[in-house]
Amino acid sequence: MAIRETSARHEALGLDEDDLRRMHYYMLLARRVDERSWILNRQGKAAFVISCQGQEGAQVGAAYNMRPGHDYLYPYYRDSGMTLLLGQTPRDQFLSLLGKREDPNSGGRQMPGHYSSRELNIVTASAPVGVQFPQAAGTALAFKMRGEDGVVLACGGEASTSGGDWHEAMNFAGIHDLPVVFLIENNVYAISTPTKLEVAGSIAKRAEGYGFPGHEVDGNDVLAVYEVAREAFERARAGEGPTLIEAKTYRMTAHSSDDDDRRYRERQEIEEWRQKDPIVRFEKYLMEHDLLDEERKEEVDTEIKAEVAEASEYAENAPFADPEDVLLGVYAEG
Amino acid sequence: MAEKTYREALREGMVHEMDNDESVVLMGEDIGVYGGTHLITDGLIDEYGPKRVIDTPISEGGFTGAAIGMAMMGMKPVVEMMTWNFSFLASDQIIQNAAKVRYFSGGQVEVPLVIRGPNGGGVQLSAQHTHSLENMYGHFPGLKVVSPVTPNDVKGMMITAIRDPNPVIFLEAGALYGTKGEVEEGDNAIEFGKARVAREGSDVTLIAYGRQVNLCLRAADTLEEEDGVSAEVIDLRSIRPFDEDTIVESVEKTHRAVTVQEQWRWFGVASEVAAIIQERAFDYLDAPVERVSGAEVPAPYARNLELAAFPSEKQVTNAARRALYIEEK
Ligand SMILES: Cc1ncc(C[n+]2csc(CCOP(=O)(O)OP(=O)(O)O)c2C)c(N)n1
Ligand SMILES: [Mg+2]
Repeated sequence: MAIRETSARHEALGLDEDDLRRMHYYMLLARRVDERSWILNRQGKAAFVISCQGQEGAQVGAAYNMRPGHDYLYPYYRDSGMTLLLGQTPRDQFLSLLGKREDPNSGGRQMPGHYSSRELNIVTASAPVGVQFPQAAGTALAFKMRGEDGVVLACGGEASTSGGDWHEAMNFAGIHDLPVVFLIENNVYAISTPTKLEVAGSIAKRAEGYGFPGHEVDGNDVLAVYEVAREAFERARAGEGPTLIEAKTYRMTAHSSDDDDRRYRERQEIEEWRQKDPIVRFEKYLMEHDLLDEERKEEVDTEIKAEVAEASEYAENAPFADPEDVLLGVYAEG
Repeated sequence: MAEKTYREALREGMVHEMDNDESVVLMGEDIGVYGGTHLITDGLIDEYGPKRVIDTPISEGGFTGAAIGMAMMGMKPVVEMMTWNFSFLASDQIIQNAAKVRYFSGGQVEVPLVIRGPNGGGVQLSAQHTHSLENMYGHFPGLKVVSPVTPNDVKGMMITAIRDPNPVIFLEAGALYGTKGEVEEGDNAIEFGKARVAREGSDVTLIAYGRQVNLCLRAADTLEEEDGVSAEVIDLRSIRPFDEDTIVESVEKTHRAVTVQEQWRWFGVASEVAAIIQERAFDYLDAPVERVSGAEVPAPYARNLELAAFPSEKQVTNAARRALYIEEK
């Protein structure tokens, strides 16, 4: 087999078996948490769900380069594959989904999918799309001014590149050679609007105009994303400036629990992308390299499902915040 | 007259003017094949085609600016903000430009532009999707600002908005798109600057706009049942221009007033109403004007917190009771 002749892709990337197992674990964990979230929505317990399904490869591949608690993440609302990898737990996710008091992101104040953790350097995401990018550039500038080697990973969907904020951040990062990696998860749609009505030309190529490299990568190939992101992180750490990555992927669910995607896309199209599911593809790769077999796959999945079930049950039973507490937390003391 | 939803009536108002005037075009995110995330433009792309129902990228500043440019050419764009919260990203175009072009061109150029979309909250989407912006946009000379709450008003005021040669900020009651009411057939254009007496009464005047009008109507029923109080409810409908006379006449009759708004207390429309009452009806007042507003927090997500942050029927009835010097419940 051709694959055996040269060294395996992961070896060339310096990833060992443990790394691969971790990548697989977090991709699958994100998927199972997501699936459970939809069930909670259908049961009337979760008012709003926004999904990562289909984008776990891009998310885990890129964020695998981060040093948790050191580098900074500006996620967007689909990036639970990243926040789980960095150390948020399924419990944290369900507590947020159900708006419970113990929700470590916001104590039930912010919508689900808008992650926040001071400890893990995950910056609270904004609901208006695209406004995270200038802030991410500012965080990168702070790293640079203090002479620290932190890197900022700033993420968004392809439609978030239509607004001024994204371009302003790209320009600013280019001027100051900032240690920031812009990851655009191009999943073909902005709610119902197809890419051809939202993006002129190529997103990746826009980086050239701002004076730094831009790469287009197969976003459903976790190793490919890991590879370009690794180069981008290395560049940033070496003080060489920003990189733009456009990961081509697909949104496998409706936009959110408020959306009916039958209004604008064919089931056939979703089926075709299911064949390219990043988790299925990675499992195939692992099996080809004898790093996974059906039995082990079942074991991992069973373990994950048990963890997800426990976390969901915990969050379902957790108390809501006291309505009297609604006024707390607006201003910092001091 | 026929019973229609707020959503259908709103669409009917736009369709009425699209049929009347070829220069009326719709622009916004997901308004084409999808029919808008709130289904306001459902089916319109099939009828009018993509030249008059234009899907835009997510670039509120960009497409609002483009709409201003089109309006200056004599077209009549009706721009959908998916929610008014995203208009902050277009606020320079709206406030600094749309509102000022006519004045700064010495009256040579008009901007017949309508910007519309759901305003306010109540559907568990948290603070960044929940602002009520009447006071903000109402602050700026050059803009007209309306906030209809009944299906008939939303249709008639949309027709008027499109015909108006000025930029109109059209704030819809986002939580009420599915509510029904009688709607006049054909051209029911409703003049701006005229409040509506939503319920007649003689003991206290409850003044609101948008979704809070319905809250006041419920509170008025409760006051009648529990306290034998006859409350008048005034729906402002139009924030700028503003109908002072209807409020003043009502307070001259009832001698007591409660103003209700979903937005925050400080610098809100309710404060303006209270100021107008004390300027023009001071001698008629038997009690201080009460204000009921949202809690001073960004609107939270969790349902129980969200409810705690919005004005409640109980707050309104108790404010009325205070104004009447009867015991609160
Ligand atoms: C400024 C702004 N306008 C509109 C919206 C409503 N909205 C939420 S998500 C979304 C689509 C975003 O598409 P994309 O950036 O491609 O991300 P995806 O959801 O496809 O992952 C829209 C229009 C918003 N949140 N913010
Ligand atoms: Mg997208």
